[in-house]
Amino acid sequence: MRVGLMITCINDALFPDTGRSVVRLLRRLGVDVEFPPGQTCCGQPMVNTGYFDEAVPMVRNFVDAFADYDYVVTPSGSCTGSARHQHELVARRSGDPGLVRAVEEVAPRVVELSEFLVDVLGVVDVGAYFPHQVTYHPTCHSLRMLGVGDRPTRLLEAVQGLRLVELPGAEQCCGFGGTFAVKNADTSVAMGFDKARHVLDSGAEVLVAGDNSCLLHIGGLLSRQRSGIRVMHLADVLASTEKDAGQTGATGPAKTEEKLP
Amino acid sequence: MSARDDILAKVRAAVGEAPEVAAVPRDYRRPSQSSGEELLDRFVERVEDYRATVTRCAEGDVPRELERLLDGARRVVVPDGFPWSVPGGEPDEGKSAAELNDVDAVVTTSSVGIAETGTVVLSHGAGQGRRALSLVPDLHVCVIHTDQVVAGVNEAVGVLDPLRPQTWISGPSATSDIELSRVEGVHGPRTLHVLLVG
Amino acid sequence: MTATFVGMPAFPEAARRALENAQQRHNLAHATGTIREKRASVVAEVDEWEGLRLAGAAIKDHTLRHLDDQLLALESALQERGATVHWARDADEACRIVADIAHAHDLDEVVKVKSMATQEIGLNEALAAEGIAAWETDLAELIVQLGDDLPSHILVPAIHRNRSEIREIFRTSMGEVGRPAPDALSDDPADLAAAARLHLREKFLRAKMAVSGANFAVAETGTLVVVESEGNGRMCLTLPEVLVSVVGIEKVVPTWQDLEVFMQLLPRSSTGERMNPYTSTWAGVVPDDGPQEVHVVLLDNGRTRALADEVGRQALRCIRCSACLNVCPVYERTGGHAYGSVYPGPIGAILNPLLRGVGVDEQTDSLPYASSLCGACFEACPVRIDIPSVLVELRGQVVDAHRGGLPKPEAVAMRGAAWVLSSGTRTARSERAAAFAGRLLDKMPGGRRQGERRVLGTIPVPGPGTAWSQTRDVPVPAKESFRAWWSRTDGGDEA
Repeated sequence: MRVGLMITCINDALFPDTGRSVVRLLRRLGVDVEFPPGQTCCGQPMVNTGYFDEAVPMVRNFVDAFADYDYVVTPSGSCTGSARHQHELVARRSGDPGLVRAVEEVAPRVVELSEFLVDVLGVVDVGAYFPHQVTYHPTCHSLRMLGVGDRPTRLLEAVQGLRLVELPGAEQCCGFGGTFAVKNADTSVAMGFDKARHVLDSGAEVLVAGDNSCLLHIGGLLSRQRSGIRVMHLADVLASTEKDAGQTGATGPAKTEEKLP
Repeated sequence: MSARDDILAKVRAAVGEAPEVAAVPRDYRRPSQSSGEELLDRFVERVEDYRATVTRCAEGDVPRELERLLDGARRVVVPDGFPWSVPGGEPDEGKSAAELNDVDAVVTTSSVGIAETGTVVLSHGAGQGRRALSLVPDLHVCVIHTDQVVAGVNEAVGVLDPLRPQTWISGPSATSDIELSRVEGVHGPRTLHVLLVG
Repeated sequence: MTATFVGMPAFPEAARRALENAQQRHNLAHATGTIREKRASVVAEVDEWEGLRLAGAAIKDHTLRHLDDQLLALESALQERGATVHWARDADEACRIVADIAHAHDLDEVVKVKSMATQEIGLNEALAAEGIAAWETDLAELIVQLGDDLPSHILVPAIHRNRSEIREIFRTSMGEVGRPAPDALSDDPADLAAAARLHLREKFLRAKMAVSGANFAVAETGTLVVVESEGNGRMCLTLPEVLVSVVGIEKVVPTWQDLEVFMQLLPRSSTGERMNPYTSTWAGVVPDDGPQEVHVVLLDNGRTRALADEVGRQALRCIRCSACLNVCPVYERTGGHAYGSVYPGPIGAILNPLLRGVGVDEQTDSLPYASSLCGACFEACPVRIDIPSVLVELRGQVVDAHRGGLPKPEAVAMRGAAWVLSSGTRTARSERAAAFAGRLLDKMPGGRRQGERRVLGTIPVPGPGTAWSQTRDVPVPAKESFRAWWSRTDGGDEA
């Protein structure tokens, strides 16, 4: 089974630790994950803003980069949704039947991390240790576009030491919405503040989600409020082990950055 | 070109070349699970959910129950063809809306009851009166036979005649227009009594 | 009603103003929260809900595909039963037809059943210009009309008002147009409803002509259907001598039996009830019962334009239940006025551009962007309108309508980003520059950190970045991208 990691552009530039968590987690579970270096961005920012023509070369680049993999795993519900549901639209618009065929080949093999763990690997307990009170925000595209259901919370509940608490109004959008956060910044922030308030109400120390883009938004608001609540990607929690906790005094995720020169 | 021809031409231009659409899936039509007393119990429960009252009685007790339910109404209008006599009841005789506004109550029969939704349907034939009769007075007593109660909306639509005018009634007049909280009693009858016979 | 949507600013600006209205925010959060719960509980009790949704969508799609035949069948069924059928290409033609019927009877007032179609065409204003008063009789419409306000919701146009505001409107305005509100009027909803009953009763009793819309029009029989709660609809449809129904051409359903689907989908989706209190059906003129002169105006007003849109035509399935508004996180916060149309919320964000066309005015072009694409609307829609997909399609049409000429800064940025991001090499190069900036920013004195990372606070970032950084911290770019780390460590030593 050849497994390619689709890092996503946001994780690549802003949250490389999440990518490293996915690599560590998958290797721990015996999966030799590869990183095709030709990959860039799924094109969702362009498509969702209406720039379909501009997205065509990005989709072409995507299918080229991932053509040879049985599974394309990505730590993002949103980018999975883009590949599975939007690439076909872009390809059809390009008028290139070759691209349409390539998308039809690749798109169904793109899976979000929790789907890959639960459905493909068949694991729920990934051997993680994370002794913290956590709440989970089901991001809209993983919840409604992909239908990941309770996979992420089943994975979290199996983490040793982790206490999962309920997030009020969990299924309501956080207001990120890609370019929506900038084009309609006031509405986006109004939605984000309510989400942040619910996170505070939950009593959790850590907010976990499957999309760093949404966490960038909610975390940015929580940080501005000096709320003292951390945001973490699901992959970062699932990658944590007792060994990491020892290294970091059981206060947080593995600090991979310390290993950098 | 007339507006009619223009609109039809635009419709044809818009979808004339569109692919044929798939047949309508009718999987939602499943035979009802409940019947008999269970069905009637559900009907009663659901009508009462709207804060209407339901009284069950035998055929022979209808006059007595009507008298009880109409107690306090000074003037009662009785549609042509209503099968029971109502002491003091007035015939319709083409009363104007203003005249009906001075009437306190109306008694009618009905065509269908829907258990699933707690609905009674009037199709305004004999015994049910023209539409204004069961609308303007503030109290409506509606008689329905147990054998007229069907399980759900599918069955009800199947037995109703689309060429007859119909009024589907689910509880008394109500509104949710203030803060989306339901309040009973606006323009239609503010009190609805359903008399379930048989 | 003198208030108008004409001249409304584009959505972001209108929303910004609406968000500052604390009372409205509170009213909307309360009302939409209430209705969401009610809807969820009555939908959950129907095992066949998904089957009904699929059937509802398929019936509408079938109708739209054969709309010419369906309309002709409807026309002849109506005529056979004594109704007069009119066709109106646009709002002006429709208003003209209604006004002419009123003039023919020498009338200076009509009573109205709540109808989206007549709001869409601005009928009340058109009739007022002809010296004809149009009295709204639905409670929420009455509140809007008396308050010289604009509707903000499809089902409950006064959803932005709470009980004490409504009390004030009734006390101030009822007396100017008829029976005044009782002196001791409280803000109890039952009391307010009773005041409306008394105020409107005199109008119902003297009305000679009513104007309605229709929720459904059955092609095979000519049966029209009005779904309502209060009984004001029954009053209008029954007591006057003349009835005019303005019906959008997409309201047709082929057969009577098809109503079984919609009469299950609509009440549960709209008011969250198993069934609405009253539904009226009639086919043409009913001898000795109700109006003896019956007109039906079949209205296009942009519907054939929407029908021509391959992706967007599914919006014409809409049965105006407003479930999408009630579940929309954007609508819940901005309210309906920000959409600048009688059709607000997610359905308005697609319907208005489809009816009017894009690339013409900024306000309409802003609507497809008034969504975070969270998908809650699609999930709630009883006829499965994939609103997020239509929004994205319309965004594409907006962008395409502005291609050519001087590109907007956004278009330049998108093209630049797409150029970089369509090559791994170019992406790596640009990430190295960002990481360098990240390392520099990290070494700047002062500042704050989010976990391990330095954050950008209110440092003014040029362009759209300011809209972000005014309210949200953002981490500086990582010192090393994932791609750079992988290549430097040859896949790393993560084990």
